[in-house]
Amino acid sequence: MSVTREEVAKIAQLARINVDEKDLDHMVPEFNNILAWVEQLGEVDTSSVEPMTAVIEQKLRLRDDVVDADPLTGGGKRDAILANAPVAEHGFFGVPKVIE
Amino acid sequence: MTELTELGVKAIRDGVAAGDFSAVEVAEAFNAAVAEAAGLNAFIVTTPDHALEAAKKVDADRAAGKEPGKMAGVPIGMKDLFATKGVQTTAASHILEGFKPEYESTVSQKLWDAGAGMLGKLNLDQFAMGSSNETSYFGDVANPWRRNDGGNAKLAPGGSSGGSSAAVAARIAPAATGTDTGGSIRQPAAFTGISGIKPTYGRCSRWGIVAFASSLDQAGPMARSVEDCAIMLEAMAGFDPKDSTSLQLDVPAWAANLNADLKGKKVGIPREYRMDGTDEEILKSWDDGIAWLKDAGADVVDISLPHTKYALPAYYIVAPAEASSNLARYDGVRYGLRDLPEKAGLQDMYAATRAAGFGDEVKRRILIGTYVLSAGFYDAYYTQAMKVRTLIQRDFTEAFAKCDVILAPTTPTAAFALGDKLDDPLAMYLNDVFSVPASLAGLPAMSVPAGLNKDGLPLGLQIVGPAFDEQGVLNAGLAIEQRAGFTAKPEKWW
Repeated sequence: MSVTREEVAKIAQLARINVDEKDLDHMVPEFNNILAWVEQLGEVDTSSVEPMTAVIEQKLRLRDDVVDADPLTGGGKRDAILANAPVAEHGFFGVPKVIE
Repeated sequence: MTELTELGVKAIRDGVAAGDFSAVEVAEAFNAAVAEAAGLNAFIVTTPDHALEAAKKVDADRAAGKEPGKMAGVPIGMKDLFATKGVQTTAASHILEGFKPEYESTVSQKLWDAGAGMLGKLNLDQFAMGSSNETSYFGDVANPWRRNDGGNAKLAPGGSSGGSSAAVAARIAPAATGTDTGGSIRQPAAFTGISGIKPTYGRCSRWGIVAFASSLDQAGPMARSVEDCAIMLEAMAGFDPKDSTSLQLDVPAWAANLNADLKGKKVGIPREYRMDGTDEEILKSWDDGIAWLKDAGADVVDISLPHTKYALPAYYIVAPAEASSNLARYDGVRYGLRDLPEKAGLQDMYAATRAAGFGDEVKRRILIGTYVLSAGFYDAYYTQAMKVRTLIQRDFTEAFAKCDVILAPTTPTAAFALGDKLDDPLAMYLNDVFSVPASLAGLPAMSVPAGLNKDGLPLGLQIVGPAFDEQGVLNAGLAIEQRAGFTAKPEKWW
């Protein structure tokens, strides 16, 4: 299976990455090379195989259902969370206008 | 006095504890070596004050008679994939340039608690995606080794932990952290003549490590001896409730239990790893390794890992799929770069920010990942890859019924020149052909230096063990290290 220029442009749009015509010139053949190569996986008979869900079997833990079960990842960290924001205003992340 | 920068982890820690030299003297020696080595481009930022402050505390604690930590007085390099509080953490990307975490990763915190200090943040392939350190936004890292042909071609230090491998091989750091998703500790270790171990998936907490492919990412140490790796891994590993896949197991005393006597042990030699086109000298070093392990008392058995040829294509579906999801967080809103074109809306800002902030290889993998996870293609690509992953793990389980550890080359070639494979992503991916299977199965695996090829470049041997048996891997590594007698080091040109 191979993908067209339009399909690569569509995937880039889904991934929210701007690409221009020049990018597509090299991306489309690279993309198709990689796809052609991974398609050899189709040779493997997996009809009686379950897909892996965990590389090392273990029970998923639940944390205690309380506020601040871990002080590092609990609440009350507004300023720390905003510290690296490109735009922070009034204690919120600032973004361009999203509604007209 | 011995040149302090020639010393490894154990020698520094024990020398400081014995009072042969102070931790501050060690930190100063390495800070100076780092400052002189700008030509390697191994560090993105240097943090001499961090190293010095940690050393002062170690010296003060020693004077006060306190019990020293496992890494007391050892200044290390920190791969710039670990979040370090107040110190820029970039994953070698433009999109995170200037990001100063408000928190410390679990692994780095454990190292500081054990008495280590930080020389700086080490360069890497962007978001750990690459095998040559050429995808970094902050420039290529040069391998300290050069071919003995008199030419001065700069060679790749491997990747993604290329800053780590270069720094340790160049003796500007006694040890460094690495992370391994498909070979990113082992391949650079092999390219630079040092040792490195990727432990069982879940041994080291992923909390605070910039995520690439979460089901594969695992941290580990890179150093110049097996024993140094064992000591540092003990300091890095351990259960962490903040990582949902962290193993709830005690950390074994790997260093104290090192034992190179392999009597009664069986070493498996996977026949599928004898691939067409593998460098003759790599095959020769593999034969050397087999002879050394026999000499250490082990029996050698032939084993089969029949799905080996499918490991790499499965990896290049699974890893990009997870990356496309993990890297969705870089959107110009919460941290890092924002590119807001004139009159742009929110969606335009996302797409402009990500176009400006990600490098070509990162974009390539995000697009592949987006494609293989998209409606209509998910089963054909992603589900099939995860089924193949089950088969690859099953191959290893069956092999470990017949042997205790597996011996194989780490890489199909010695270090290649910078620029050699840059225009051909597939050729670059093939460099990980021997390292990816153990990653897909979550197994502990290490690379140790085996010797030099005719160009004077180091070659590595890889040992893979069953889940949780880092000790078996380290022991076989030690047996090789003792017999390989690898003492060569790169001549200083930087």
